[in-house]
Amino acid sequence: MTEAAYRNDFLKEVEAHVEAGHEVKRCMQCGVCAGSCPFGPYWQHSPQKIFMMIRAGKREAVLSSDAMWMCTSCYNCIARCPRKLPITHIMHGLANYAHRLGLAPKGQPTRDFAVMFWQNLARRGRVNELKLTLGHYFKDGIGAGIKQGLAMKAVGLGLYKAKRLNPLEIFGGHKVADLSGFHAIVAKAREIEDRKRGLAS
Amino acid sequence: MTGNIATNSTLLVVGGGISGMTAALEAAECGKEVVLVEKLPTLGGRTAHLYRYFPKMCHPTCGLEINLRRLKGNRRVRVLTMTEVVAVDGERGDYRVTLKIAPRYVKDNCTACGDCAEAISSEIANVYEYGLARTKAAYLPHVMAYPQRYVLDPSIIGTAEAEQAKAACKVGAIDLGMAEETVQLNVGSVIWATGWRPYDAARIQPYGYGRYRNVITSLEFERLADPRGPTGGKLLRPSDGREAKNIAFIQCAGSRDENHLRHCSRICCMASLKQTQYVGEAYPDGSGKSTIYYIDIRAIDRFEDFYQNVQADPGVSFIKSKVASIVEDKDGNPVLHGVDTEGYHRYATTHDLVVLAVGMEPEANSIRLPDSILTDSSGFIENSADGGMFGAGAAASPLDVNRAVQSATAAALRAIQVIHKTAATESTA
Repeated sequence: MTEAAYRNDFLKEVEAHVEAGHEVKRCMQCGVCAGSCPFGPYWQHSPQKIFMMIRAGKREAVLSSDAMWMCTSCYNCIARCPRKLPITHIMHGLANYAHRLGLAPKGQPTRDFAVMFWQNLARRGRVNELKLTLGHYFKDGIGAGIKQGLAMKAVGLGLYKAKRLNPLEIFGGHKVADLSGFHAIVAKAREIEDRKRGLAS
Repeated sequence: MTGNIATNSTLLVVGGGISGMTAALEAAECGKEVVLVEKLPTLGGRTAHLYRYFPKMCHPTCGLEINLRRLKGNRRVRVLTMTEVVAVDGERGDYRVTLKIAPRYVKDNCTACGDCAEAISSEIANVYEYGLARTKAAYLPHVMAYPQRYVLDPSIIGTAEAEQAKAACKVGAIDLGMAEETVQLNVGSVIWATGWRPYDAARIQPYGYGRYRNVITSLEFERLADPRGPTGGKLLRPSDGREAKNIAFIQCAGSRDENHLRHCSRICCMASLKQTQYVGEAYPDGSGKSTIYYIDIRAIDRFEDFYQNVQADPGVSFIKSKVASIVEDKDGNPVLHGVDTEGYHRYATTHDLVVLAVGMEPEANSIRLPDSILTDSSGFIENSADGGMFGAGAAASPLDVNRAVQSATAAALRAIQVIHKTAATESTA
């Protein structure tokens, strides 16, 4: 091992660019978050592991981990953390940062859905549930989409009858009153957030 | 007790545990007049509830006996049990203290024969056994109780039981007409040796204390291990009375936790290391097994060798992990869930009994201190703004018995300085 292997700028990078990243170094590795996570054994890295990896300078491994994308925001870890670390927020912050750098895992379903959801919402300021659902069903191809759609047919019809699903939403759909104002707000928010995190827009 | 025997050269010590007794005796042996008040019917405090001390594994009764002997031989200490401080007015060197003395219903000619307890059937939870056993409503707090006098619980006063107890007393020591008294006295300085209490383990929700019978506190485990305790020294678990052989100790149960006690309680690591030795003693065939779940072991001060000896004990294993949660299986066994830090292995381990190494909460959090008392962010007493009142022992910081005694001696010295300065000012005036 060379000395360079021990140089660790990744923690500083996380502190500078990730939401609540400055809290990472307060972790004392007790393991309560890992033991409390309902995803338990089903993901690559627990928050405890992620925080240790950050301090160990494992930049690629952290940013390409699926862990941050598996978080369901149940807040069990935050409730139990003896140091009150905002673990959920840090995990989402890391997910966002990895996504911005293009290092987040490709084809990770929750990441794909998050992107789809954001694009759907950002277009017209309202979630178009019909398009979002169809987009989700057909993400793996036409065959898979039809199969999924048929499986959920009864639910869809029920929603239609209860006036919770409007088929006409397929043509554009509803939107906020001041659409250009909404887009300006989103652009400004992104600009402020990027400035705060030291990221290029 | 009247006000005129205490003057501003008198020192008041609040709390009759090992720290309060020490502070009172150190000052009295320096020639100071001391009033020692204790809320409970006996001196001894939490120390008297312990089975053994670390690191020498000796019995607390020994240290208590030495102190009680010092006390009996010293005429300068006036002991008031069942007494609480209601108010402190005045300033450094000249405090006026109001005390409330609860009725004991037993006079000082009691011979501690126990006939009153024999005569009645009402029972109350035994506080000395942390509620693991019951005692008669006329009781001697414990064998080392000082004063060696019975107490009548207020719950039987006014009932036929109280009359039966009175009738049974051959020396006429029971006085059912005793009432609460309020007295005032002048003192020059006050030492607050109000001690600690175990953190309420039921508030650590994921560990299930109070819901799962086989999850107990380290204080309760002391009583289980004591041959004079509720199980005669057998490590019987509460749910089914079966011998617990596979015992888990969970460290930092409430300590070092922003959701509970933010401080490190310091004693719990050594207490659990000590308690693993109780398990070894209880099963001389080596069938007892202890597992310590910890964040990091803080064997305070010079006790690293004790830790190393326990590490070498084949009956003890260590898992570096703060347990995330406990669930109970169908047989009432606690199952511990978590992830360890040495390899990130996920575990779900079944034990017979779980001992929570609960933290030390300052008892002062449950009483109303004078406004001028300064406390830290956990409620431990530092001193008073005017420099005339001091914290001592576990009221001032989470300390083991040894360090509590040192702290109490230091507090006594500071209080003596206050009294000396007051006396000097008066003689020149």
